[in-house]
Amino acid sequence: MRLECRVTGGDFQAAGEAAAKLKRTLRQVGIDAETGRRAAIVAYEAEMNIVIHALRGVLSVEISPECIEILANDEGPGIPDIPLAMQEGYSTAPEHIREMGFGAGLGLPNMKRYSDEFRIESVVGRGTSVRMVIKIASKGSQT
Amino acid sequence: MTGLFHSVLLIEEKCRGCTRCIKNCPTEAIRVRQGKARINAERCTDCGECIRTCDNHAKTAITDSLERLRDFKYTIALPAPALYGQFGPTVEPDQVLAALIDMGFDDVYEVARGADVATLVTREYLRAHREVRPMISAACPAVVRLIQVRFPALIDHLIPVDSPMTCAGKLAKESKSRELGIPPEDIGAFFITPCPAKVTWVREAVRRGFSSVDGAISISDVYGEVSRRLASPAPAPARRKASGAGIGWGGSGGENAAVGLGNYIVVDGIHSVVGVLEEVEVGRLADVDFIEAQACVGGCVGGALTVRNPFIAHVHLERLVKRFGDLPAFAASEEEDLRRRARAGGFDMRQDIAAVPAFRLDHDVSRAISKAEMIEKVVKDLPGLDCGSCGSPHCRALAEDIVQGLAVDTDCVFKLRDQVKILAEQLFDLAKKNPSAMSAEDGAKGRKE
Ligand SMILES: Nc1ncnc2c1ncn2[C@@H]1O[C@H](COP(=O)(O)OP(=O)(O)OP(=O)(O)O)[C@@H](O)[C@H]1O
Ligand code: SF4
Ligand code: SF4
Ligand SMILES: [Mg+2]
Repeated sequence: MRLECRVTGGDFQAAGEAAAKLKRTLRQVGIDAETGRRAAIVAYEAEMNIVIHALRGVLSVEISPECIEILANDEGPGIPDIPLAMQEGYSTAPEHIREMGFGAGLGLPNMKRYSDEFRIESVVGRGTSVRMVIKIASKGSQT
Repeated sequence: MTGLFHSVLLIEEKCRGCTRCIKNCPTEAIRVRQGKARINAERCTDCGECIRTCDNHAKTAITDSLERLRDFKYTIALPAPALYGQFGPTVEPDQVLAALIDMGFDDVYEVARGADVATLVTREYLRAHREVRPMISAACPAVVRLIQVRFPALIDHLIPVDSPMTCAGKLAKESKSRELGIPPEDIGAFFITPCPAKVTWVREAVRRGFSSVDGAISISDVYGEVSRRLASPAPAPARRKASGAGIGWGGSGGENAAVGLGNYIVVDGIHSVVGVLEEVEVGRLADVDFIEAQACVGGCVGGALTVRNPFIAHVHLERLVKRFGDLPAFAASEEEDLRRRARAGGFDMRQDIAAVPAFRLDHDVSRAISKAEMIEKVVKDLPGLDCGSCGSPHCRALAEDIVQGLAVDTDCVFKLRDQVKILAEQLFDLAKKNPSAMSAEDGAKGRKE
């Protein structure tokens, strides 16, 4: 099944809603808690990157009994140096964002760490797209 | 679902089906159907939020009555620290304890003393386990249940240490059984509880087998009896043993003040707790060591079964914290015993906190996925006003209920209106039609001529 959520850059009121919707669905589907948690973390980080760094985007999630695929596509400034952006601790987040507790430069590295497949593409001046796949280990029937 | 005990329950005659409670429930456990609220037993955390919300007083809590003292040869009262907060600055804890004994208990063991034990064990645990952060206190059973039901991935974040109540019950029964030479089963330990969540926790423990606490009597039920005895002060035997820090556990922030380790967050009120847990679930707050989370605003002094205003009660507690704060809780040898016991798992309650999959749509993942897909379709067709007049807390919840066969789309008043409109139009069209046996003109008129 597919879930789709629009994400608006700079809208901190609605920030996190897409990830919250995904969490609700995963709980209903009965995905095991740990897999669900990984999916929630990467979806949240992807959503927040759009809110913080881009203009607008869409977070879409495809859930099957075997895996969870998360796509985050945005229109925005793009990332000029992806290997640099992937480094832990690298962040261009301005001061007022850091004050909100973001901008540690951990989002992208964690997205990679918690997903089984990770791909990021970006065109400067156009936008960024991230694709992540999380495999569902167990049948997830006990939790 | 059936067979689960809950302290919180609905008094059907009083419920007027107003739907006020459904939006306030942190686990969306309540539905109004056929004009009456219903509580889903699997989801309910006994947080007491609906008791506080209902203007018709249709939600209530079952607690144990004092009659149950008769079931045991020897009884011990385990007063919650919040009980001390119910009385003014001139009342000594010793007087409160003496009043409980006068009411019929054979002995008392302060849960504030149990909190001193929990403080020690929690500190040990946080020091020894650094792999998971933040760790979340498991002292409030409503928060524990909330995590089991709504945040199962955070179960590993719970500190699996017995609550002050359980610590108190264990130690009280053990020492009395040794002292009197009677089996612990003959001793009844009764928690004097500020909340329904503890009642449920106790009943669950009793149901599982031998429990260190046998029943829970509400603070509001003993309040009058205790107050009455305070009015004519009898010489009270000095019995308070708890430290000020232990007493402080009765109000929010007290647990942290007692444990006093690392970075911490104090959060109270079930909806604020949900907000913090949402953050932890997506990997934030990993720089925090310890979260003290309590379902009630103000902590246990704000419990649904307390009497005094929580803010006033908190001030009373704070005074006691200051007065008794400096006293060491335990003698050195006693402390070493407790530590050894903690290391051996003597205060571990991990086995009591498994996930409760109360939101799962189906046992079969594939079927659950198709149902989730149907929910997405149904929800697109609902107005999205989240008004709650259908009896479900919001449009998405109604969609879920429809897919699960627990509601129909015309439970939505807007859907119903649309249906009525369509029906009315069809009726109107039908009314214009003439059966073919009649003439094209008005048949009745034709006959008259
Ligand atoms: N969607 C995006 N559009 C434009 N730039 C991005 C996007 N996502 C990431 N970046 C760039 O990559 C950097 C690193 O991203 P990352 O998510 O790792 O850290 P952060 O968002 O700055 O901080 P944190 O995620 O820890 O709050 C960002 O500071 C930003 O410069
Ligand atoms: S006690 Fe709390 S969880 Fe249970 S039905 Fe009432 S509000 Fe919901
Ligand atoms: S905060 Fe205290 S009184 Fe309230 S539900 Fe939790 S344990 Fe009970
Ligand atoms: Mg980021």
